[in-house]
Amino acid sequence: MAHEHDHDGEHGHDHAHEPSDPEAARLALRAEALEALLVERGIVRRESIDAIVARYENEIGPLNGAKLVARAWSDPEFKRRLLTDARAAIAELSLPMGETATPIVVVENSPGVHNVVVCTLCSCYPSSLLGLPPRWYKSPPYRARVVREPRAVLREFGLELPESTDVRVWDSSAELRYMVLPERPPGSERASEAELVELVSRDSLIGVALAGPPAEAPRER
Amino acid sequence: MSGDPLAALGTKAPPRKNGELHFDEAWESRVFGLTMSLHEAGAFAWGEFQAELIASIGAWERAHASEARSEAKPSEVEQWPRSGEGGSAGAGRAAPLPTSGAGFHYWAYWLEAFERLAARKGLLELAALDARAAELAARPAGWDHARV
Repeated sequence: MAHEHDHDGEHGHDHAHEPSDPEAARLALRAEALEALLVERGIVRRESIDAIVARYENEIGPLNGAKLVARAWSDPEFKRRLLTDARAAIAELSLPMGETATPIVVVENSPGVHNVVVCTLCSCYPSSLLGLPPRWYKSPPYRARVVREPRAVLREFGLELPESTDVRVWDSSAELRYMVLPERPPGSERASEAELVELVSRDSLIGVALAGPPAEAPRER
Repeated sequence: MSGDPLAALGTKAPPRKNGELHFDEAWESRVFGLTMSLHEAGAFAWGEFQAELIASIGAWERAHASEARSEAKPSEVEQWPRSGEGGSAGAGRAAPLPTSGAGFHYWAYWLEAFERLAARKGLLELAALDARAAELAARPAGWDHARV
């Protein structure tokens, strides 16, 4: 299939605005014309479309990654295995590795250590665990700036870290993907594993947020 | 949203990967967002869109009844609701609709269904849509790089 190589969010999605065949170009133009006409006529607002797409992207994507995290929080032995051999841990939960089975390394946040993931070259992303990458993950500003000034970027995501925290930036590649194991949120001691899954957002698995109750509204940038 | 309109589409629900809606191209997510937005605003009942989508996809299915199963790669696309976790091999899962290729492009049928419904509801005329698409096609090459 045409998108055979996009499965782990490699290069394809960066070029989605360059349809490769005439039929794809025709459809893209038709969709664009449709949106433009309906917006002009006041039937729909672009912001509503943005909000709905973001909502679906955020709600359903990172479920498999969240399951790994919830199990790791609940079972120290599983956590040890997840951190040393993520592939085996993923297999334990019968989660898919993804088509290309690119090795995944899970990096653990702890008091004083915060991890954040980027792909500086393109948009490599552990899609089998986190769903499709969010738009900002693929954006040149995020990819360039998070390496240079991670604290400033995290602050823009609403994440203020103490000066003493060691911020580690992990650069994904076609050969190796990273996922963050966020810290278990305070107050969640009595939560069941299923309840813990709910606390793990996509952003916390990328490292631009902490785990915790879901944010009020999806953020896209 | 009341209930889950996507779940209501059953076997005609959008393709998913890792439980998430799967879009190959930016326009696909725009058309999806457009449809859901108008539905949520009360422009049409979900059943009306569903009927159009079933008509679009149904025509393709009848024409490709024998190929559809062999071409779908279960590990690549998933149905809603998810039929259990399953391994990457996806053994035993019903063959889902392929996302694209082999003459089938899910979101193209969604687009077609939405166009028909919008025209029927008097939101736009297909002639106006054709005209606008032609105008957009006439833009000089490279215009989108300046915008994106």
